[in-house]
Amino acid sequence: MKKGLFTVTENTPLTATVYRLRLAGDASAVTAPGQFVNIALPGLYLRRPISVCDADGGELTLIYKTVGRGTLAMAAMAPGQTLDVLTGLGNGFDIALAGDSPLLLGGGIGAAPLYLLARRLRAAGKAVTAVLGFNTGDEVFYADEFRSLGCDVTVTTADGSFGTPGFVTDALPEGYSFYYACGPGPMLRAVYDRAAGDGQLSFEARMGCGFGACMGCTRQTASGPKRVCKDGPVFRKGEILWDA
Amino acid sequence: MGRLNVTLCGVELDNPVIPASGTFGYGYEFAEYYDIDCLGTFSFKGTTKNPRIGNPQPRIAEGEGGLLNAVGLQNPGVEAVIAQELPKLQEVFHKPVMANVSGFSAEEYACTCAKLDAQPQVGWLEVNISCPNVHGGGMSFGTDPAAAASVVRAVKAVTKKPVIVKLTPNVTDITAVARACEDAGADGLSLINTVLAMRIDLRTRRPVLANGTGGLSGPAVLPVAVRAVYQVYEAVSIPLVGCGGVSRAEDVIELMLAGATAVEVGAANLTDPYACRDIIAALPAAMDRYGITDLRDIIGGAHG
Repeated sequence: MKKGLFTVTENTPLTATVYRLRLAGDASAVTAPGQFVNIALPGLYLRRPISVCDADGGELTLIYKTVGRGTLAMAAMAPGQTLDVLTGLGNGFDIALAGDSPLLLGGGIGAAPLYLLARRLRAAGKAVTAVLGFNTGDEVFYADEFRSLGCDVTVTTADGSFGTPGFVTDALPEGYSFYYACGPGPMLRAVYDRAAGDGQLSFEARMGCGFGACMGCTRQTASGPKRVCKDGPVFRKGEILWDA
Repeated sequence: MGRLNVTLCGVELDNPVIPASGTFGYGYEFAEYYDIDCLGTFSFKGTTKNPRIGNPQPRIAEGEGGLLNAVGLQNPGVEAVIAQELPKLQEVFHKPVMANVSGFSAEEYACTCAKLDAQPQVGWLEVNISCPNVHGGGMSFGTDPAAAASVVRAVKAVTKKPVIVKLTPNVTDITAVARACEDAGADGLSLINTVLAMRIDLRTRRPVLANGTGGLSGPAVLPVAVRAVYQVYEAVSIPLVGCGGVSRAEDVIELMLAGATAVEVGAANLTDPYACRDIIAALPAAMDRYGITDLRDIIGGAHG
């Protein structure tokens, strides 16, 4: 974890509710795809945890959806504004588990952290398939960016207005080596139940601190209570308990 | 002795700043961020006789200038704390630590305290009779002077270490509970624990926290803490540890003027992991601004 000041260089809407935020600053603490940052926002007491979409030495790319006071305040930020950010939080995905042909499953804003994962997997020479699910065609983002990395991309929409009708679990391919999933709770549950083989799933939680101090985001697992912010947010399939 | 030193129940502190229980884990993880030997001491995560998984999610909500938590005393139990957490702490913290203890009966408090009393690392026992997030224990002892006294007597019978009782502000008259604890043999009091609170989600029309209520902490409660410390300072003669919403060196000075010998910092650790280090570093300049030579000179200084 590292605390640092970042400068907003870009804050662009990708859809009606999804924005891409680019920040200049020391991103060296981001060591794995699937980690997150925790952003202090003026006038709000708690920081806001946002997953890292991409990181490159001196630049962070975050993609967020406006759902409440914090993310609405973020949408109003202008280039040049400085932000106090804790970076390099959480465990992230383990690319050593990928095998030759990993499958990425993203639901809505959950597609964002899979981008850096896809980039790292492609750099390691893996044949990457990505299934990205959205509610409607208007909400689709980053499908072309995943394609530009050389991923085989399928887009699903729940209302059938774009791509394959249905959820990501309606478009599961055959023959992948390992899966990585990030998305809303019901999607992760469906993936856990229906996707064959082993995988890693990234969870959301309401967090206090984001770095393991408050026990606010604890989730029960097969090996005892774990902090989503510090021991997660990524958990191996075999660790996950649903009804605890 | 430096100008920041204070003495808490006979134990010397290099400075009065103490991370509050539940915001600093068992300490060693913060040693990844800074040298925690700079702290006066710290109060470790509320520990119970048996392991507790805590309350259902969500456990965290936000307010203006603070947060609500309903963690519910998640902890691995005193045996695991002694076997696993304290040895890890020993590698990175070389001062006496404050052991925060909670329970569901006077006997249970005593059992846990007896085990922690045997640990040389422990300098003080902080007996939490004020957790608002558990049922049938915690705060139910802290809202009744007789019940509070029964816990203090049970704990004092099993330890020679200083016993500091952590009080709740969720009472009509905090001085009545404070006096009962002093009469039962408490060596000090820490106050305040969190303020009982609730938020409601406008979309679901239900409380945000799965527990319904939670405890409010953060700068929003500093004035409540200052008031409580001021009132209790007039009611008892044992030392007080001020706690509630401290996020700046000036807040430390204010609580000491109200009557605190030392000051706990809670929620600030959660929004900034470096909060305590930075507050300690800022204290000398803040003292200079207000003409304070030695912190010991200002304890209770607001009383006429």
